[in-house]
Parts: sequence; C-alpha cells; structure tokens
Amino acid sequence: MTVINEKEKISERKKNVVITVRNLKTYYPIFGGLFHRKIGVVKAVDDVSFDLYRGETLGLVGESGCGKTTIGNTILNLVPATSGEIYFEDDRIDNNFTQDYRKKIQMVFQDPDSSLNPRWKIVNIIGEPLRILEGMKKRREIRRRVLELLETVSMKVEHLDRYPHEFSGGQKQRIVIARALACNPEVIILDEPTSALDVSVQAQILNLLKDLQIEFNLALLFITHDLSVIQHIGDRIEVMYLGKFVEEGTIDDVFYHPTQPYTKALLSARPTFDPTTRSNRIILEGEVPSAINPPSGCYFHPRCPEMEDHIGCNIEEPTKISISETHHIWCQPFKNGKKF
Amino acid sequence: MTLTEKKEIIEENRKNQMKSAIKEDSNLLLQVKNLKTYFYTEEGIVKAVDGVSFNIFKNEVLGLVGETGCGKSVTALSILRLVRSPGEIIEGSIEFNNVNLLELSEEEMRSHRGNDITMIFQDPLNSLNPVILAGDQVAEVFLLHQEEELNKIIDVRLLERDKLVQELKELKKEFKENKEQLSETEKEEFKVKIKDLKKKIPKAPNLKDVALEKAEQIIKEVGIADAKQILKRYPHELSGGMRQRIMIAMGLSCTPLLLIADEPTTALDVTIQAQILDLMKNLQKKFDTSILMITHDLGIIAELCDRVAVMYSGNIVEYATAEDLFKNPRHPYTQGLIGAIPSVEKKDTKLTVIRGMVPNLIYPPSGCRFHPRCTERLEICDKIKPRFLEINDRYFIACHLFDPEYKESPKYQWDETESEESYKV
Ligand SMILES: Nc1ncnc2c1ncn2[C@@H]1O[C@H](COP(=O)(O)OP(=O)(O)OP(=O)(O)O)[C@@H](O)[C@H]1O
Ligand SMILES: Nc1ncnc2c1ncn2[C@@H]1O[C@H](COP(=O)(O)OP(=O)(O)O)[C@@H](O)[C@H]1O
Ligand code: SF4
Ligand code: SF4
Ligand SMILES: [Mg+2]
Ligand SMILES: [Mg+2]
Repeated sequence: MTVINEKEKISERKKNVVITVRNLKTYYPIFGGLFHRKIGVVKAVDDVSFDLYRGETLGLVGESGCGKTTIGNTILNLVPATSGEIYFEDDRIDNNFTQDYRKKIQMVFQDPDSSLNPRWKIVNIIGEPLRILEGMKKRREIRRRVLELLETVSMKVEHLDRYPHEFSGGQKQRIVIARALACNPEVIILDEPTSALDVSVQAQILNLLKDLQIEFNLALLFITHDLSVIQHIGDRIEVMYLGKFVEEGTIDDVFYHPTQPYTKALLSARPTFDPTTRSNRIILEGEVPSAINPPSGCYFHPRCPEMEDHIGCNIEEPTKISISETHHIWCQPFKNGKKF
Repeated sequence: MTLTEKKEIIEENRKNQMKSAIKEDSNLLLQVKNLKTYFYTEEGIVKAVDGVSFNIFKNEVLGLVGETGCGKSVTALSILRLVRSPGEIIEGSIEFNNVNLLELSEEEMRSHRGNDITMIFQDPLNSLNPVILAGDQVAEVFLLHQEEELNKIIDVRLLERDKLVQELKELKKEFKENKEQLSETEKEEFKVKIKDLKKKIPKAPNLKDVALEKAEQIIKEVGIADAKQILKRYPHELSGGMRQRIMIAMGLSCTPLLLIADEPTTALDVTIQAQILDLMKNLQKKFDTSILMITHDLGIIAELCDRVAVMYSGNIVEYATAEDLFKNPRHPYTQGLIGAIPSVEKKDTKLTVIRGMVPNLIYPPSGCRFHPRCTERLEICDKIKPRFLEINDRYFIACHLFDPEYKESPKYQWDETESEESYKV
C-alpha cells in the first residue's frame, strides 16, 4: 500500500513541477597574469539537473564552496549560466528572465544585514518591490500592504517606521522574508536563512517558514550546510560535492539509506547526542579539493574510503545510478558486481 | 565473556574511575569563583560575565555552551587575563593549581600563558603570524616550551655522534700505525671503511633543526599529509582546516595542563570538523590535558565533554555531567535550547521556541535573567536572583524551581497577549 501511495505522490507531484533545471553549468572565469587575461575557470556548478515541485521544500546541502549559492544565483539570473537550461513551468527563463519571474522567484540571503539598506525605514524596504515590480504608487496603499506583510511574519504596526539596526537578527530575517513575500512569489530560494542566528531564534524562523509554505503553497529551495535543519524542514534533498550532485532522494532515502560514500561520511560526521552513531563515524582524510583544479575521475576519489571496492574511480566520471524511483546516486560500479 | 560484556565492564570501570576522579579534590586544576568581568562602554556597563563559578579537574574536558554574546569568550579571556580595556575583571578568583591568577604580576602571568595554559582562538588566521612560515611558528613553540626535551634529544644524538667520531679516530690511528705492513688491497679496504664511517657521522645537531623536526612530526600527527611542504608555507597559503589544525598542533605541543578552545571548529566544514574533534580527543588522552571547550553546538559538547556548564546572559545556569544534562535537562533555558534543535523526531511537530530574545547585557532583566522568556516563571523570579545550588552530587543549577526556599511560591500567570506578543519577537 505504502508503495502505491508513494508512487501516486510522485506522479501527482510531477504534474506540479515549477522549476526545471537541466544540465546546468555555471563557470566563473579566473583572471591573472600581467595583462589580467582569463587563465582558467572555476567550475562552480558542473552539470546538474533537478526539478522543484510546487509546495515542496528541496534541500541543497554540501560543504562550503561546493556551488550551492551559485545554483540559486543562476536560477535568479544574477550570474549567467555557462550552459544548460532552466525552466519556470514550461517557459525557458535562463535566457529570458522577465519582470514576471523576478516577482515569482524570490531569494532570502544568509546575512540579513547585507540585504537591508541601513538608511531605509522598514516600510520602504518592504515597499520597494511593491513600487518597482507591482507598480504601486499610493503611499497609503503601500503602507497597508506592508503592514499586512509584517503581520504575516508576526511583526507589528509600530515596526513600520523603524530602521534595520533597531532589530535583532531574527527580526531582521523576518523583515527579509516579508519583503520576499511582497509580490506573491511561487518560489523562494533560501540561502542559509538561519546560519547567522542562534538556535532558539532559528527555531522561530523555521516554524515561520513552515507556516508560510502551507499558507501560500510555496516551493522552497533551501540551501544549507546544516543537515539537521534540512532533515527537519525538507521533503527532498540534493547532496553536492564540488559542483556536482552525488546523491538525491527524499529525506528518508538519504538520511536513512545514504548510499554514496561522500553522503555517508557527511551524515556520519555530524556531532550527535547518540553514542551509537558516533562509534560508526567515518573520518575522512585530506582536504576538500579546489574547484579550479578538481581531481580526475570522481572528484571525491582522493578522500573516498570506499574507492578500493569500485572500478576506475580516478579515471572515469561516476554515472547516475537509480536506487529507487526517488533515490539516485552518482558513483562507479562495484568491482565484484555487487549492487548498491 | 562476550566482547560486548567485556566492553561494558571496561566502560563501567572507566565511569567509576571518572566519578572518583571527580570526587577527589586534589585533582582540581582550575577553580573559578564568582568571576565578574564588565566592559565600561559609552552606552553603559556591559556585564558580560556576572558571577560565574566552575571547576575543571585534571584530565577533564569541560564544555561551556550558550548562545551568541552570553559571555563564553570573555570567560575564557578572563582566565588568561587577556581582557582588554574597556573590559575589566572586577571580582572573583581564578585558582590554577592553587595559585590565584588574578593576584599574579603581569610577568608571572606571562609565564603561564602559552605554557601550562594555552588557548585556541575562533579565528586561526588572526592568531598565526602572517609573515612567518608555518613551520617556524610551530618550531618556535617547541623552542619556547620544550627546550629541555629538545636538549635531551640533542644530548643523545651528540653522544652517538661522539661515539662514531671516537671510532673514526681509532680507525685512523690503527691505519697510520700499521700502514707499512699492509698490502695494497688491505690499504684500500681500510680507506673504504674510513670513508663509510665518515659518511655515517651526522652534522652536529642544533636546537633549531631539532625543533623543526618535532614540528614536522606534530603536523603529521594532526593529520596533514605532506608535512614537509606545509612547514615552508605562510599561513595565508593554507586552507582554513589546515590553519586550525596547526593551531591545535601548537596548542598541544606546549603540553599544557589546560587547553582553552574557543569555538575551534565553528568556521569549518563538518567532515573537517569531525577530523579535528577526533584529533583533539586523541591528543587529550595522549598528553593528559584538561580542556575547556567553548561552543554553541550542543552536539560537540555531547561528543567531547565529561561535564557541561550552560551559560545564559553572563551567568552559568546549569552545570552537570554531560550524561545527566542531556538525559534530563532541568533548567527551563537548557530545556528550551535542546528543544530548539531541529531533528527527525520533531519533524512533524513544531520546534520548541524560546519566546523573546537574548537580553541586553547593559540592562539585564532583574532577578533571574531568563524570566522574560521563561514559561515556568514564578512570581518571585523577576525580584530575586536565583542561587547557584548543588541539588545533587555535582549537579548545580540556578533556578528558583529547585530552591527549597522558593519552589512552593506561586506561579506567574502569563497574560495571554503578553505571551502571544513575546512569542512573536
Ligand atoms: N564571483 C565569483 N568569481 C569566481 N569564483 C567564484 C565566484 N563566486 C563563487 N566562486 C567560486 O565558486 C565555487 C562555488 O561557490 P558558491 O558560493 O556557490 O559556494 P557555496 O556552496 O554557496 O558555499 P558556502 O557554503 O561557503 O556559501 C567556489 O569555489 C567559489 O570560490
Ligand atoms: N571589547 C568589548 N567591548 C564591549 N563589550 C564587549 C567586548 N567584548 C565582548 N563584549 C560583550 O560581552 C558580551 C559577551 O561576549 P562574548 O564573551 O564574546 O560572547 P560569546 O558567548 O558569544 O563568546 C557581549 O554582550 C559582548 O558584546
Ligand atoms: S565513484 Fe569511487 S571515489 Fe567516487 S564516491 Fe564512488 S566509490 Fe568513491
Ligand atoms: S528562576 Fe524562575 S524565571 Fe528563572 S529559569 Fe527558574 S523558573 Fe524560570
Ligand atoms: Mg553560499
Ligand atoms: Mg565567542
């Protein structure tokens, strides 16, 4: 029964894809030398594909510098895609990011300070997208709508005319979220929205995001390096390593049956209250390699504890392997023909 | 006996040993009593540490946990007497091996710092010298703190060298004395022998080289592969993880009695963090160092620490063994903190939210500093500051709910709107 339900859920969701990303590559040029010429590229995002469904939370996790933010920025057209396609429903948006999509897709950044103009009052900060994107002109009208937005994030009328520095980190993040909601978006990309906050405040923001998602049927692309957060709030997850996906699946797939060696190490590395998890810890060796000079074959091979059992890890790029309909990994086959 | 049974017995023994170790006061290494450190700023007096008391035993790892700004780093800096103006330690005592550090002259204090008490800072780039090669900096630590040991190594090597030199002398003498009687081939043999022996004699060892060797060895031990290469790099040429490990290597190479680690892994990725925590555990065992581990991550505390002190707004509110504290947290703040951590078990429910936010330390709330956020609050909580009581063997708590004198007093009635409002902050 549960299998059928699971399948139904998937086909149900398939109809509801809101963002489709196919074979996306985003490279940053690196300049150097005497004449400041292009001397190479950072392959920040290197051939990733995924779907984002309406009403779901898709987690994007991985270690610092693996390309999470770059994926978000590319979808929002803040940096150009080097190749690949991005769709909003059936419309290609990577080469045609119109005003309309600027409303439908919003982003919330890690550090609320850098995204709030310190010299603006809250009413003007949240009112800006209303003026620019929605073309609202009347002061009264804007104030009314801003107040409504503030109330959705549990803030009050007396906050309207204050400046950002008068608020705590958690309140500032609420203001940023209110602004993101201003134009009735369908997708919000959240880049580490709680990383700068204390746990007690993080809990408030996570609860708020869950409520808002249900209220407005939002699709959330949730970028984080904190696995517990995504385990708590996510539906599905993509694990990244050096610009590539290494494992994807539902939260249960990945957290209960991690299969790709990097995912396993990442999950087991979390500090935990549970001593049994601790004793099975996989301690990796070596450093995260650089995206400018990635290793040959599987990018993880210099640190991979399981490489010995697999074929050609240092030569060939790993292939996508399906564990189940929802669960996929990128890895080389076993030497002895064993199945994953 | 099965393996698991054996393990259990070993575990049991270890626990008993630990308990008795804790009981024995002669094992006390550091005793902080009623420490108060204030900052006299233009906006007012920041009471960053306001009456903090705790102990660290020999060989123990004590965790100090709390949210941003609660006073963890200032506590650490106070122990080392590194609080800078406008900050000042205004009250209390810090006894280290029965000596009150607060009464020492600056010079005497300097002899402790980086010697038997060392600190690893949150940002390793700021604490390594940018213009000195990494290897030289680590070697410097050995030169400063382990000169005796280095000299011992040199003595041993000199002795060996002297032996070889003596041998060579005798061989040469023998050759000279018998030169006339030897055949050509025998002469050749002698020459080869002398040559070989000459080769075997090492350069006279000097302190700097031995220190560099030791540096290479410890850098290897902290899990950096090509140690030789790393020795010749400047700090900015190393990754964050490497710098942090070099700091830890330096912290431990002075074989301190007490190592203070202030968020040593906060800036690092989890897989690297796991490497470093593992390393700290091993080195702690190897060198019998006591550690004061400062972090906001309860997971790290659970992994590494024997006991935990939970800090809130300049005070320690709960202080117990890690086991007791995580199994059964009692202070309302600790309960809230643990409830706020996202996890699978809480997936379909809401996370516990501690209403309101961390208070301002210039005008901290009266009575119990947690009272504006506490769901269990009693009528007296905003009037009287809770005492720091030992309610069980080595289980300390500062909350009126556990104070026999006040625990029966009436509960505070949160006004509906008041509680609604404060949840929303
Ligand atoms: N503007 C840029 N120019 C050149 N390289 C860049 C630029 N922005 C990012 N990169 C590089 O691209 C890679 C991916 O960066 P990105 O910011 O997407 O990482 P991330 O996964 O979001 O990391 P973090 O968790 O630290 O935020 C990194 O190697 C980074 O150094
Ligand atoms: N140099 C300083 N001048 C003024 N206030 C300070 C200074 N250093 C720390 N504080 C204040 O002391 C309090 C505790 O700080 P700290 O110990 O660094 O917190 P944490 O627990 O995050 O380590 C904070 O309110 C902080 O703002
Ligand atoms: S492809 Fe090979 S190196 Fe890469 S994760 Fe799989 S086993 Fe490890
Ligand atoms: S003393 Fe009162 S306000 Fe403070 S934690 Fe205990 S019950 Fe809550
Ligand atoms: Mg990022
Ligand atoms: Mg600190």
